[in-house]
Amino acid sequence: MRGAGLRLRSAGAWRVLLRPGDWAVALAGLAVCAASGLWLWRGGEADGVIVRAAGKVFAQASLSHPRRIDVPGPLGMTVIEIEPGRARVASDPGPRQYCVRQGWLARAGAVAICAPNEVSLTLTGRGADYDSLNY
Amino acid sequence: MARCAAAAIVLSVAEAAIPLPLPGVKPGLANIVILVVLARWGWREAAWVSLLRVFAASLLLGQFLAPGFFLSLAGALASLLALAGTSRLPEKWFGPVSHSIFAAFAHIGAQLALARLWLVPHDGVFYLLPLFCAAAVLFGLINGLAAAALLRELLQKKGSPPAATMP
Repeated sequence: MRGAGLRLRSAGAWRVLLRPGDWAVALAGLAVCAASGLWLWRGGEADGVIVRAAGKVFAQASLSHPRRIDVPGPLGMTVIEIEPGRARVASDPGPRQYCVRQGWLARAGAVAICAPNEVSLTLTGRGADYDSLNY
Repeated sequence: MARCAAAAIVLSVAEAAIPLPLPGVKPGLANIVILVVLARWGWREAAWVSLLRVFAASLLLGQFLAPGFFLSLAGALASLLALAGTSRLPEKWFGPVSHSIFAAFAHIGAQLALARLWLVPHDGVFYLLPLFCAAAVLFGLINGLAAAALLRELLQKKGSPPAATMP
């Protein structure tokens, strides 16, 4: 070994045990960690919505542009509001307003259902392996 | 060689007594011995020590042929393959720390692949990948440093680098 003969007892002497390539390998390892973290843990970000009326797909839209969708149902008009990255049921003619009170949905797999008016709002995205109902 | 294998086995049994926050994240202290063997005697000897350790430690811990044994074996084989590659790297630039980190990554890679194929047939296991990666870097670094320090001590005891190299 091409050691400088330094004893390891002194503080910081461990640094001589690392060769230049070792630093590079350790940094590359950290980079792999960070990349895999970003790649795998960013999941759950929604990128689109599916609006269903009476069980059939009524509209599909991306979450990148603000938009309002009026969905007719047996009780009247349900209004879906889309903003960049999130969506909500803005108003619904149903009696209990559960879907409206869910507020903004932003995670892939999140679902708001306005059962009386037979309208549902589902957020889609990569890594949506469960939906908020089954979960 | 047998002494090295014994040391590796003792380290893996001792390690089993350390409580760990996450299943699967282990320091892998026995690999210090394997790194030393690799540097001093070569890859074949390191492979012997590594596989002997996997079998003997699993027998001692009552894990033989249990899932943990196969995970351990897969990790050891992948690490040995990685070491076969890294031991060809120029020695001037890459020391035991590099070998250790590469082997640690191979280890978690093989274990995750086996776990995904056999134990947890669901992509959820990959959710833990960043954690395992961080553990691989951390413990790979620590084990590599320990191996490098041991090698240095061994060399000094034998006096192979003459004392004249002292600054």
